[in-house]
Amino acid sequence: MPNTILILIVLALGVIGFVLGRQRAMASAGGNSRNLHSLPSYYGYNVACATTLPAMGLLILWLLVQPLIINSSVSGLVSDQASEEGASLDLIMSDVRRVADGLDTAVETGVLTEEEVEALDAEQDDIRDLLAGVGFALGSDVTPSTLEAAKSYRAMNEVGDTWKSVFVIATALTGLLVSWRMTNKDFRARNVVEQGVLAILIFAASIAILTTLGIVLSLIFNTMEFFRLYPASEFFFGLSWNPSFSGRGGGSELGILPLLWGTLYISLIALIVAVPIGLFAAIYLSEYASKPVRSVAKPLLEVLAGIPTIVYGLFALLTVGPLLVEVFGQKGFLGVDWMSGGTAVMTAGLVMGIMLIPFVSSLSDDIINAVPQSMRDGSLGLGATHSETVRQVILPAALPGIVGAILLAASRAIGETMIVVLGAGAAARLSMNPFEAMTTVTAKIVSQLTGDSDFSSPEALVAFALGITLFVITLGLNIFALYIVRKYREQYE
Amino acid sequence: MTDTTVTPVSAKPAKSILEIDARTKKRNAAEKRFKAYGIAAICVGLFFLVALLWAIIQNGTPAFTQTYVTLDVELLEEKLDKTGERDIEAIKKVSTFGYKPLIQNALVDATEGMETEIEDKNLAKLLSDSAAAQIRDYVIANPDQIGETVEFTVLASSRVDGYLKGRVTREDLARDKNLSPDHLDLIDQMVEDGSVERIFNWAFITGADASEKRPESAGIGVSMIGSFFMMLVVLILALPIGVAASIYLEEFAPQNRFTDLIEVNISNLAAVPSIVFGILGLAVFIQFAHLPQSAPIVGGLTLTLMTLPTIVISTRASLKAVPPSIRDAALGVGASKMQTVFHHVLPLAMPGILTGTIIGLAQALGETAPLLLIGMVGFIASNYPEGVASGFLDPNSAMPAQIYEWAKRADPAYYERAWGGIIVLLVFLLTMNIIAIILRRRFERRW
Amino acid sequence: MEDLAYMDRQMSTEQDIKISAKNVQVYYADNHAIKDVNVDIADKTVTAFIGPSGCGKSTFLRCINRMNDTIDVCRVEGAIKIDGEDIYDKRVDPVQLRAKVGMVFQKPNPFPKSIYDNVAYGPRIHGLAKNRAELDDIVEKALRRGAIWDEVKDRLDAPGTGLSGGQQQRLCIARAVATEPQVLLMDEPCSALDPIATAQVEELIDELRQNYSVVIVTHSMQQAARVSQKTAFFHLGNLVEYDDTDKIFTNPEDERTESYISGRIG
Repeated sequence: MPNTILILIVLALGVIGFVLGRQRAMASAGGNSRNLHSLPSYYGYNVACATTLPAMGLLILWLLVQPLIINSSVSGLVSDQASEEGASLDLIMSDVRRVADGLDTAVETGVLTEEEVEALDAEQDDIRDLLAGVGFALGSDVTPSTLEAAKSYRAMNEVGDTWKSVFVIATALTGLLVSWRMTNKDFRARNVVEQGVLAILIFAASIAILTTLGIVLSLIFNTMEFFRLYPASEFFFGLSWNPSFSGRGGGSELGILPLLWGTLYISLIALIVAVPIGLFAAIYLSEYASKPVRSVAKPLLEVLAGIPTIVYGLFALLTVGPLLVEVFGQKGFLGVDWMSGGTAVMTAGLVMGIMLIPFVSSLSDDIINAVPQSMRDGSLGLGATHSETVRQVILPAALPGIVGAILLAASRAIGETMIVVLGAGAAARLSMNPFEAMTTVTAKIVSQLTGDSDFSSPEALVAFALGITLFVITLGLNIFALYIVRKYREQYE
Repeated sequence: MTDTTVTPVSAKPAKSILEIDARTKKRNAAEKRFKAYGIAAICVGLFFLVALLWAIIQNGTPAFTQTYVTLDVELLEEKLDKTGERDIEAIKKVSTFGYKPLIQNALVDATEGMETEIEDKNLAKLLSDSAAAQIRDYVIANPDQIGETVEFTVLASSRVDGYLKGRVTREDLARDKNLSPDHLDLIDQMVEDGSVERIFNWAFITGADASEKRPESAGIGVSMIGSFFMMLVVLILALPIGVAASIYLEEFAPQNRFTDLIEVNISNLAAVPSIVFGILGLAVFIQFAHLPQSAPIVGGLTLTLMTLPTIVISTRASLKAVPPSIRDAALGVGASKMQTVFHHVLPLAMPGILTGTIIGLAQALGETAPLLLIGMVGFIASNYPEGVASGFLDPNSAMPAQIYEWAKRADPAYYERAWGGIIVLLVFLLTMNIIAIILRRRFERRW
Repeated sequence: MEDLAYMDRQMSTEQDIKISAKNVQVYYADNHAIKDVNVDIADKTVTAFIGPSGCGKSTFLRCINRMNDTIDVCRVEGAIKIDGEDIYDKRVDPVQLRAKVGMVFQKPNPFPKSIYDNVAYGPRIHGLAKNRAELDDIVEKALRRGAIWDEVKDRLDAPGTGLSGGQQQRLCIARAVATEPQVLLMDEPCSALDPIATAQVEELIDELRQNYSVVIVTHSMQQAARVSQKTAFFHLGNLVEYDDTDKIFTNPEDERTESYISGRIG
């Protein structure tokens, strides 16, 4: 039974439960809702929830667990073949699934009957051709063991699906019956329903934890897989990044240091651009600007923050890069020949700096505004000029907050992807020249994970190790920055 | 006490405040400089904004016009339907290659009387490869027109288009084997003649992506639909989950470790680089759950997780803005805590929640990096989804991913498309933000 | 004791006029906050401004060192002269004026710096000390005059924000005194302090009178009676009555003053 129909049946039972629960409550109260503990509809909701929620939960659980069980037992069937051919189990399993899906479609469209499927023989029938006929193109011919595995995969799925339908509907009916029987006029339906709603709310709030958990687990498992294939020490201390493109076999040098260097160098340039501009803009806006100027300039600057990063990437690649070459290139305006191509650390850093200006300025603006007015009055009352007040009283007072803001901006810069993918170039280098192309951790995550669906080679898995490094660095910076900012705010509360 | 009497104050003669002393002058100059730095910083920031917008508009607007050639094509029966039976299957057998001679004849007719040294067989280089397909589609739809002469408006090739837009110059063509300067002379004459013109390019906004060689017919329409389905997923999932999570944290959560854990998680997730969410999407939805690659539903799920913290943060702020007196009033007449929240607090906070949601959606709409990892690039989005289900499940692209794809292609004609795509994207973002601002203005409540 | 106080008052009336305000009007946007105030304030005297909240006493005080300049919508008309020089003259730089007219605020507002740096801040920006030794000297003198030297002399490097409320306020007074002003404006300096700290600060104000012209805004009539020689009563932006303090408190001429003193309005 397809899942959609199963869900519809459960929901229909829920609706029936609502009506029945309400009726029973009203009946037990002698038709007068004043005799009930709760409003009549709460009794209905109670039965409806008891019917649907456990059944849905079971369904979700079943959908998660069944593939795991079937996968592990089917992969036992093909593991011999995997070791013979040296192919990865993942690849063979995906073949198996594809063949099974193809056979399903063939049965659905009436090309084959179930009996014919059972009778299929990889040696005699051209299964690849058969499945291509129903729209499933296979990469290679189907081996007998793959076909057998696919057949048992289908059979197990079928059994599983049947039991799933039976169990889910039985759970729904049990829930309906039990809660219906519990319904009487003294039953505290509202409290029970509200407990249920609260549980849903708690579950929604926990999704944040599940997301973090998902990130951490997916990064850790794949990284461990990577370190099984590639030594961790070489990854963390290797000075060269040079993945082989064959995809299989050694020869790849996967040292993170050149990437980290590129990341930090670009972020540094971005901060050198963004921090002075953003900070002075914030000082001007919060200390000097008249109301009309502020109400125009602040939102305009913040427009820069709302522009998607792909736009900045394109701006770097097609506008800023060529412009910089015209200034610093061989035939350039300065005639210095420092820059040979448009993609460079400088290009990406400059554009990233532009992107970070509003980030630094609005955070600093908030922080400067949090310095109490009495400080300003005290300093001005002593005959200090406005700029002396800002430099000697307000900035020192706001310093921790501003440092926090800069750290947050740095974490943004380190995690930024599109600008560096388009603007920084692809070559990993350990160089001091800012006009050379370099690459970053994020750019390499993208290039190692796009285009290839095989996640078993070290060249692909390295992206997860890069990802965990990135995650740890940005998380550390964020936690530290938020801690500083919070401490700072508490000081003036 | 004694100190104060011993040292008399103002030992030096009182200075007149009407005369500004040298030190004050210096200090005032420093003040002016400092203020100038501030103004300069604002100006630099605004200059960058203007430069960015100027680059977008300057480079992107040409994508909204496209050069078309109007041709009278004689649909020769002996080429298209040799049997003369108008059998649709037979007509379908004629490939686009079979239409080439017809186009060539039409071009020869159209350029009759114009000065050119181009051989007849090279004339077709003026047109897009899609011209033949367009005529073929027409013939298949209207087989009765075979034998007639029909007027077609077909796409010019991207180089001709680039020439009329000033992107391609005669010098560029010296090394180009696809088009020669002679072609351009001919184009000049055809423009005067009126058979070549630039008109508004609806195909760019509604159309599908095209292969590397045919930038003139590439459009952003299909990826727009991809983005739409993704945003639908984000809206359906992120809004209820985000609101539920915020209600719990703001109204019910006790002060304990678990609540702290959630809070810390949310504030950190808001700052996690978007590419990490891409890795999560790849590992969980594709590697683990085997959802189809490149499908909008995967993109939507990934962006949902990314947008949730934004929505939770803004929702909590608007819940917090509802004054406690409202809660007290409801609790005071005997409503339960749950009823108070759902009947009174939530409706009052709704405008703020919607504003936050729209802004979160706008953020998700422009996000590119996670989409690269779940395979929404490198794929030519050439087909419209057939229905709602295939809209969610079939491989598609999304607007920002499509722009990235175009930016990577070597042909400068695609750069123009990329900038044009950015204009379309920004129009969407602008609209969403304006709606958010209007919502906020319209329903803003001061307590 | 009474004789002494009497002599003080006699002296003060004979003394020079330090500040003289003529027809002062203050507007906050459209709101007419100060209406036509005329007042002459003597040197080496404590003058108290009293009146109900919102009567304009603080606004007027802030006019005397042009702190109102920092508020965009505020407009001042009329003339305020210090030593015969109009402080609203175009040639006057408020920065220089404020060095001459110090101010102490309602809430103690030490800077988040060390005690030493708090006091040295004014002398440093005005360039009053040629070297470190001179600066040390100025700081010590100011702290002594602020009657807080003995309490902080061992921890000059400690942050000023770590002191108690009363100490903070005395530190702020020392800070204001360090720039050697001639006039000291105090805007309800004791309103955030407990009674003991208040008593200390009041004692200090009485001492400061020997060197400065002190103008103090207070909403406590008892405080005005305790520390001041002259009192001005403000009501709804008008200066209702200005006279010797004991006259105001014992025998006011205007019935509004009497109502306020006796607690019927305010």
